[in-house]
Amino acid sequence: MMEIPYTVAVRRDTGLTNGKIGIWLFLASEVMLFGALFASYILIRAGAPSWPRGDSILNVPLATFNTIVLISSSITMVMAWASLMRGRFGTFRIYMGGTILLGFVFLVVKYFEYSHKFHDGLFPSSNNFLAIYFTLTGLHMLHVLGGMAVNAYFWGPGAKLWKTNPVWFTNRVENSGLFWHFVDLVWIFLFPTLYLL
Amino acid sequence: MTSDQAALTGDHAVDIDKHVKVYIVVFVALMALTLITVAVSYLHLPTKTAIALALFIATIKGSLVACYFMHLISEKKLIYVVLLITVIKFAALLALPAFTHGNSYGIFE
Amino acid sequence: MSHPGATAPPTPHVPHGSHHEEELGFWRKYVFSVDHKVIGIQYAITGMLFLLFGFSLMMLMRWQLAYPGSALPLLGSMLGEVRMPGGIMQPDFYNELGAMHGTIMVFLGVVPLAVGGFGNFVVPLQIGAPDMAFPRLNMASYWFFFLGGVTMLASFFVPGGAAQGGWTSYPPLAILLGTGQTWWLIGMIFLITSSLLGAINFITTTIQLRAKGLTYFRFPFFVWAQFVTAFLLLLAFPPLEAAAVLQLMDRLAGTSFFLPTGLVVSGQVLTNAGGGNPILWQHLFWFLAHPEVYVLILPGMGIVAEIVANNTRKPLWGYRPMVYSLLFLGFMSFIVWAHHMFMTGMGTGMAAFFQTTTMIISIPSVVILTALIMSLWGGSIRFTTPMLFALGFLPMFGIGGLTGLPLGFNISDIPLHDTYYVIGHFHYVVAPGTIFALFAGVYYWYPKATGRLMNETLGRIHFFGSFVCMNVIFMPMFFIGLAGVSRRLFDGGASYAFAQPVLHLNVVSSWGAWILALFQIPFIFNFFWSAWKGAKAGDNPWDATTIEWAAPSPPPHGNFLKAPEAYRGPYEYSVPGAAKDFTPQYEA
Repeated sequence: MMEIPYTVAVRRDTGLTNGKIGIWLFLASEVMLFGALFASYILIRAGAPSWPRGDSILNVPLATFNTIVLISSSITMVMAWASLMRGRFGTFRIYMGGTILLGFVFLVVKYFEYSHKFHDGLFPSSNNFLAIYFTLTGLHMLHVLGGMAVNAYFWGPGAKLWKTNPVWFTNRVENSGLFWHFVDLVWIFLFPTLYLL
Repeated sequence: MTSDQAALTGDHAVDIDKHVKVYIVVFVALMALTLITVAVSYLHLPTKTAIALALFIATIKGSLVACYFMHLISEKKLIYVVLLITVIKFAALLALPAFTHGNSYGIFE
Repeated sequence: MSHPGATAPPTPHVPHGSHHEEELGFWRKYVFSVDHKVIGIQYAITGMLFLLFGFSLMMLMRWQLAYPGSALPLLGSMLGEVRMPGGIMQPDFYNELGAMHGTIMVFLGVVPLAVGGFGNFVVPLQIGAPDMAFPRLNMASYWFFFLGGVTMLASFFVPGGAAQGGWTSYPPLAILLGTGQTWWLIGMIFLITSSLLGAINFITTTIQLRAKGLTYFRFPFFVWAQFVTAFLLLLAFPPLEAAAVLQLMDRLAGTSFFLPTGLVVSGQVLTNAGGGNPILWQHLFWFLAHPEVYVLILPGMGIVAEIVANNTRKPLWGYRPMVYSLLFLGFMSFIVWAHHMFMTGMGTGMAAFFQTTTMIISIPSVVILTALIMSLWGGSIRFTTPMLFALGFLPMFGIGGLTGLPLGFNISDIPLHDTYYVIGHFHYVVAPGTIFALFAGVYYWYPKATGRLMNETLGRIHFFGSFVCMNVIFMPMFFIGLAGVSRRLFDGGASYAFAQPVLHLNVVSSWGAWILALFQIPFIFNFFWSAWKGAKAGDNPWDATTIEWAAPSPPPHGNFLKAPEAYRGPYEYSVPGAAKDFTPQYEA
């Protein structure tokens, strides 16, 4: 009976664990997903007779705040992992909790943004600017939710693994951190593209 | 963490303190660049310049997140190869449709 | 434990029951298994069932094409008054069958069998691994595929029926179609998710879990083929997923990503926002769909390579050029896609670009085919059933590939685009091409999976009958297409004067299809009967050299009784001075 090797220890010639490779491959596919939407945005905008400036329709201060929130959640995420590397489970809990909380704040702000738009009669169907805005930020939001769910799992029930296999747990937190940073990275490009240009 | 555990993770295990210092610096830089991006937008520069500048700053911010938070600066060659292939495909996806049909929009107006 | 990776660390408690397999109930063992072999067989059987279903849809269509407007006896009256009143096929039903035939064959039939089935079952065994790197992810992939399949099948029963806008779902038509098209889009999202998860698994497994001594250039060619295929799936599918999201937004949220301003439908101008472009869909769709055709062919080439080496009792000729060709092909496949769009008004500059890349990509395919043919030279050929199908693949793929050349040139594509010529071309590569390779793989690896051999006589009948019928079906299509008959015409061209001289060929193709169905019966019977009554096979009934034959037949959970090691290349057949005419890769 054989177990799956390189789940915890790295393979010598690649220097990597399976999970690390797996998450980067997944992120590569996500680059293509958001890339396709960016390509669509470029083509639609290039072909439009006129295109509104983002700040004339969207709420820049609120989005700036959200950008700061998301970047902060990235630092708490990496600190959560660093805490595990230092063997400090309690600190991990605090930082990971912070990450989840900041993600929640991001979602709440987006809720207010969206409902304000709907209230003003601005829907995806109103024009192509809004269509691409809602689609891009909507898909991004789904990724934030997904990341939060995974983080919540590692904060909560998944944390049991720290007792039985701390190295594996640390690696898994690092990998979910990579996903979370990617979600932040997408927003770093989305924010100026949609709101400021 | 025991030295066994440190050895097993394979990468920057024991000098995590150095890394934390870097994270804080990067965080401050990201905040500053965010504020700069927004400030620049108030200048209402001509569109092409605005786009180039905004994307330039975003690229710097993105690179900071990727290199330091995501540890890409010290990653293994295999990951670099995967990402290089991805970047090339991404560039093709962005460039080729634009070159092929960039002019043929609005044909029903 | 002195340095990382030197020895396996104490492994964590793995919850999926690998220590106590005997205690797993029926459901965990056969239905919700995380064992790559069980998952591979699930994919293979589900895939084959979908192939049969997709084929049946086409057999229905072939009645309408052979005898347009006439009532189909017996079956016709069972398909309802909306779709076949009085047994006569309605145009909308024809379109439904056409769109779903393509979708099902490509996404629910061939790829799940070739990649999900063969890839999952064989690759871990061939690299000497105990399973895939992520067994639970593997199981999730299968169930997403299953969900996607159920969604696609269910779409037949919604008001208005299944998708009817071709497997290509071009807007504006696709935006305006009934609910079935929404189900198609949702089904595609499930299928794409399945493929992405699978691709992550394949790549990680191949890199990380290969046995000691199995360097990259000692991989069997099949492993390389699946490896490159996984990269194609990983990077090409997401843009189609994005496009599906955009089309769903257009259909459900009233956006206009693909709807141009001022579009007139049934005499009325659409009141949507406008400003969209149907061409955007085509770019996003073909960005996936061109690499997808290489996903369709590469595993097949891999299977043929294994079987040719084994049944010629000599190494593959040109293994290294074949591998480099695979890598080059994979790379190029991402920058040729607009040769499907030559008629969309692109300028001559971009047409020249895509035509050039398309011509360049034909080179690696030719290298691989030539190497496979050259591998036959001087071999001691054993005409086993797998070898018959592998040999049949070679000229069929050759015809398919060569007939692609006029389509790849902008100028010659003008009269041929969207005609039956195209249908002939791509069916040659997929049907007597890939599907023959898949049949070859079934006959070849069946003994490893079941411990029994399939019957050779039934296999021969299956092969010769299928080979003849495939050509009878698809060869006439080149002539129909050259005469100018478009594809997707529900009467096969009958209402056009210029088509009259070639219409009789529709009858020929139809009879070829129906007789082809009859020749699948020996295969289906053989497949099930041999599991009980087939001749018992040992571990290595074909005297093959690759690592999967070191495992017992069928392999237990964990695959190998002790971890295998690779000592040499994958095709050491007829090594001068050796005792046997084959020296396995895994023997010291």
